Amino acid sequence: MPLLENGHIKDDTWVTIAEDAPLPATGAVIVPFARLEEGLARAGDAPLGVAIGPDVDAALLRPALPRLGLVAVTFTTFRDGRAFTQARALREHLSFSGEIRATGKPLPDQYEFMLRCGITTVQTERAEDISVWQQAHEIISVAYQPSVLHERTQGLGLRRFLS
Amino acid sequence: MSTDTATLPVGRYAYDQVDRTFLSQRVAQFREQVNRRIAGDLSEDEFKPLRLMNGLYLQLHAYMLRVAVPYGMMGSDQMRALARIARTYDRDYGHFTTRQNIQFNWIRLEDTPDILEHLAGVNMHAIQTSGNCIRNVTCDEFAGAAADELLDPRIHAEILRQWSTLHPEFSFLPRKFKIAISGSPHDRVAARFHDIGLVARPGPQGRPVFDVFVGGGLGRTPIIGVQLRDNLPEEDLVAYLEAIVRVYNAYGRRDNMYKARIKILVQALGVDLFREKVDAEFALMNRADYRLDPAIVDGIRARFGIPELVAPADAAQKLAADRKADPAFDRWVRTNTHPHRNDGFISAVVSIKPDGGIPGDITADQMDLIADLADGWSFGEIRVTHMQNVVLGHIRKDRLRELWTRLVAAGLGTPNIGLVGDIIACPGLDYCSLANARSIPIAQKLSARFADPELQERIGRLHINISGCINACGHHHAGHIGILGVDKRGEEFFQLTLGGSAANDVAIGQIIGPALPEDETVDAIARLIDTYLVLRQGDEQFIDTYRRLGAASFKDAVYAPA
Repeated sequence: MPLLENGHIKDDTWVTIAEDAPLPATGAVIVPFARLEEGLARAGDAPLGVAIGPDVDAALLRPALPRLGLVAVTFTTFRDGRAFTQARALREHLSFSGEIRATGKPLPDQYEFMLRCGITTVQTERAEDISVWQQAHEIISVAYQPSVLHERTQGLGLRRFLS
Repeated sequence: MSTDTATLPVGRYAYDQVDRTFLSQRVAQFREQVNRRIAGDLSEDEFKPLRLMNGLYLQLHAYMLRVAVPYGMMGSDQMRALARIARTYDRDYGHFTTRQNIQFNWIRLEDTPDILEHLAGVNMHAIQTSGNCIRNVTCDEFAGAAADELLDPRIHAEILRQWSTLHPEFSFLPRKFKIAISGSPHDRVAARFHDIGLVARPGPQGRPVFDVFVGGGLGRTPIIGVQLRDNLPEEDLVAYLEAIVRVYNAYGRRDNMYKARIKILVQALGVDLFREKVDAEFALMNRADYRLDPAIVDGIRARFGIPELVAPADAAQKLAADRKADPAFDRWVRTNTHPHRNDGFISAVVSIKPDGGIPGDITADQMDLIADLADGWSFGEIRVTHMQNVVLGHIRKDRLRELWTRLVAAGLGTPNIGLVGDIIACPGLDYCSLANARSIPIAQKLSARFADPELQERIGRLHINISGCINACGHHHAGHIGILGVDKRGEEFFQLTLGGSAANDVAIGQIIGPALPEDETVDAIARLIDTYLVLRQGDEQFIDTYRRLGAASFKDAVYAPA
């Protein structure tokens, strides 16, 4: 599936660098967490992103965040919900305002949850038509708890409308 | 926004157009997911968590649909809708569960979206009755009625229901997550056998405070929850629970489903380190974003109907006279009622455990009858208990006998609440694909054996819990007498545990010895109870005698028949 942002297809300007691939000197790259130092050591100010596995404490990125334009979180399986917590920690505790990209194998049915936890883009191998993801984003318009999107509450109570 | 406040349902939150919009969207979403599954766009593996979060399990013979009864409260209209579903889509009955829900055992996948639509028509759903998410929040079955209550916990149960509904961060947790809340100093919710147990009481300025217990549970590894926090202010309730569940989501084990509950994490870290992590998360949070403003609470409280408790001045006298005139009624009042905060009223427990019956099973006709009785006697309000019975919360004392007469006529007047016949049993091998043994026949045999109400009352308070496998859905560890079904070379055996309790005197039952063959189990329990009757001192209950004497005094009775 192409890169998805807010239910729409987006051109991917980032290049994901594998564990053992050479790191290009220029251009926007996403390095694995294990190679973050290497990425930070690149000369110049080319955009840098990092990909973290579900077991990485997002707080470990704190010193690097000012230099990072993207953090990729990983759903090794759709059942593993740790990426939701990582994304919320990045937005809420670490004030990260760059792109948070979901990778791996999330389900379209989790799309709205991702957006409400602060994930902005999705890159998956899944074959569904993009309309399934768009629909997952639009089908439910009410939520009952605060999220990083700061939806406005409706009258008294916890309810808020999703945009 | 519509505010249809004219007829607020008593004892539960009234939906308005916004809530109904949400429910209908949720039904449409599930219909679309079922279609994608049938079309093959979703694999069974992918569909599974989606159907589970809509209450749909695949059991031994068919799909089972578990319908949510938030904090055990429903209205007569909802009970009638459940009866219609039982008749139309199932086999004329349903089964009350220990999470105060109701489940239907013979459901077809393709009917499920229609059933959910019927449910949505009466503001009901099956959201998060299964799956690795926050499940139905359970509550004291005498909430808002009990004489010993300090605070009605249902308002905060509703807040937690809403907060946990389709929670974006906590819908794919390591494992299921169960919360119970009580507003009475007498624990009727098993607060310390929950992932989170909350005990509420009034605090400063009339706002509630909460004691927070965490990491309790039964299942394969029974553990009593520890107190994580006392006097948590109401305004921090959502924030603090977010912090606990966030720590669990980040650090709970995902490599082994049997070690994935929060209790294992709390044990592995130790409560001090776990608390440190929760406190660190709590300190980082922007509390303004998560603050449970008193206005929010009061807004939700305002959506609850309040019963108008007006009784004649002589209501209590009338009840006393009725009891004197009829020993059978008097017995039922002794066993099946609970003191009400208003002296003219009383709460009645309708036993769904008839002699020799299946604990918690209720026919469609009985559902309709209970709905009628609720309308006539208790403001249309019905409560499902975690003991798999039904409570009518607000009965005028002078009208209690009339209610009892109707119940008896319908076979719903069994006077056995809290006694030997009030057995909790899981569905067992008759339905469940996990079970090793059939729980239901043991429950039926025990219930038939001790049917005599006089004998039951003489034996006194005695909780028997039966689980068909080590997953412990019948909560056998928490039973005064626990019965666990095990498989020995293809034969059903039953292992007895003694001394468990889910109440204030919380304890995990201890295994008394080797498992017994099916055909010896009921006799062994009968001998055990006979022994207790011989050994008891004064008005001791079984659990008191057991605690005084220990297991040794009972071992001979179980294993060495006279």
